[in-house]
Amino acid sequence: MNTLACVKRVPDTGAKIVLTDDQRGIDTSTLGFTMSPHEECALEEAVRIAENRDGTATALTLGPEEADEQLRTALAMGADEATLLETGEGEWGPVDTATAIADYVAEAETDFDVLLVGNESADAANYQVGTHLASQLDLPFVAGIKTLDVEDGTAVAKREVGGGEEVYEVDLPAVIAVKEGLNEPRYPSMRSKMRARKQEVASAAPEPAGADCLEMVRLQSPADDGGTAEILGDGPDAAADVLEVLRDDVEVL
Amino acid sequence: MVLAIVEADGDAPAESSLEAVTLAREVADRTGEPLEAVAFDVAGPGAGASAGGGPDESGDAAGGSIGDALADGLGEYGVDDVHVVSHERLDAYAPEAYAAGVEAVIADRDPDAVVAPGSDRGQEVLSQVAAGRGQSMAANCLAVESVDADADAGGDAVELPDADGSYELTRQRWGGTLIEEALLGGDPKLLTAAEHEVGFEPAADPADPAVHALTPDLEDAHFRVQVDRYEESDEEGVPLGEARVVVSGGRGVGGPDGYDQLEELADLLGGAVGASRAAVNEGWRPHDDQVGQTGAKISPTLYIACGISGAVQHMVGCKGADTILAINTDSEAAIIQKADYAVIADLHEVVPALNEAIRDAK
Repeated sequence: MNTLACVKRVPDTGAKIVLTDDQRGIDTSTLGFTMSPHEECALEEAVRIAENRDGTATALTLGPEEADEQLRTALAMGADEATLLETGEGEWGPVDTATAIADYVAEAETDFDVLLVGNESADAANYQVGTHLASQLDLPFVAGIKTLDVEDGTAVAKREVGGGEEVYEVDLPAVIAVKEGLNEPRYPSMRSKMRARKQEVASAAPEPAGADCLEMVRLQSPADDGGTAEILGDGPDAAADVLEVLRDDVEVL
Repeated sequence: MVLAIVEADGDAPAESSLEAVTLAREVADRTGEPLEAVAFDVAGPGAGASAGGGPDESGDAAGGSIGDALADGLGEYGVDDVHVVSHERLDAYAPEAYAAGVEAVIADRDPDAVVAPGSDRGQEVLSQVAAGRGQSMAANCLAVESVDADADAGGDAVELPDADGSYELTRQRWGGTLIEEALLGGDPKLLTAAEHEVGFEPAADPADPAVHALTPDLEDAHFRVQVDRYEESDEEGVPLGEARVVVSGGRGVGGPDGYDQLEELADLLGGAVGASRAAVNEGWRPHDDQVGQTGAKISPTLYIACGISGAVQHMVGCKGADTILAINTDSEAAIIQKADYAVIADLHEVVPALNEAIRDAK
């Protein structure tokens, strides 16, 4: 069973975001980068399925040349193959991104049974690349998945809702958007990192289809709406004041 | 006309749907258009009365009365007409069938814009509509407004592209860490309202909506993905997303055993326990407890943050809380700037004392 995991290069999730002077991008000069968290779980799942069901796992990213770093990480985590769809600088919209991935899938020598994406990327959070990808490939699509069991020809996927889970059974091949918590991504060993450095990363440079009708104008840091908290105390004696706040101000007692 | 997608919570509109209605009303007011809504009459496994799904407990959905029930709640928010989609095969949530229902209303009413809630389903259904049309939607919108390119926002002014009929809007990026000003085209424009951010306000001029039943043409392809069954959680206690009080612990808790005190506090307050990403990464709590950008985004009455520094990625998960109480040894921690109340102390000393005080007071 062959799997594809689409991952995205994003600044470290704990990093302080500084904007460029023209406010159309993020100052990357002092940032580290990582794989978007939901997609790291997508990759881990792709590798597990390939390992358990005698197939291959392919990692794919659409991004700048530097996204090779995330593909090396994917190879170190167990992906068999990796492909970079190189975009240069700037953002691609969700439709153009999905179109480039769909074109790659349509032309790939591998027939993918399970195509995994993150539910939404940590940075843009557009929530729709997976939907457009599935639509263009005419495949079933399930989103928000935190439990996944793949059998021959079928995937049983579960989504958390209030007080329980919705269960979906979909025919394969299918596109599945997963959330962090689906699994615990492995830490690659030093040996696997060294091996990944030498592995081949395929690349292509698709042109954007120009189909997006959502255009970023500029970015801003939100207004700081926080003040300074009212300090109720500096030790266990503060419990009495906290109790008063809970009872009289917040009214939860 | 501006169309809002509405999910029901029992027989009333879900809060996230009221946010979508409120944002849609702002758009309608700007363009002088009527405001209409589309809802779904579905009964079955995971039919999804609530914003997050879950079984419909209203019991009256099957007879079409869901429309009448919703109309009462939506009229207060200025909705002029409610379109209720039903179909004999639509006995459980099916995203492509829902999207087909929205498309049927679009075909009939030709809206300028369709606004969906920022809930999982809202994002999913509208993204299906977008995919079917090959156009983008703008997720997590805060406002649709004119953008003043010369406004001093701390950087060089940017010359706006020709709007050419596009909406100028603001939306969340990085879970709210950044705000994006964007142009959205398309016919209709497709956007979702940022959950827990837009807020909802009754209209100055309430309406008395008419209810219209609608049965779309649905094919097998619309049911490739449908809820097969709903499995109730065997977890005891209040679900994190529904808790009125959340007691959350971070790296400062020090280990899995430290959560015993937090569990006790949550029990005393009838709430749930959450955790920061740092604590989850340490393996102290399951990922299901994680509050933050890639975890749960919650809106309790009270959020008690114990030993949490307050990184932006955590705060986007809890900023919907009405009140935040921080317990932290570091008076310079970011959480202190963002909380309403704080105790500058070791949580392992304060929380047991607070538990005892609450027990004594009960």
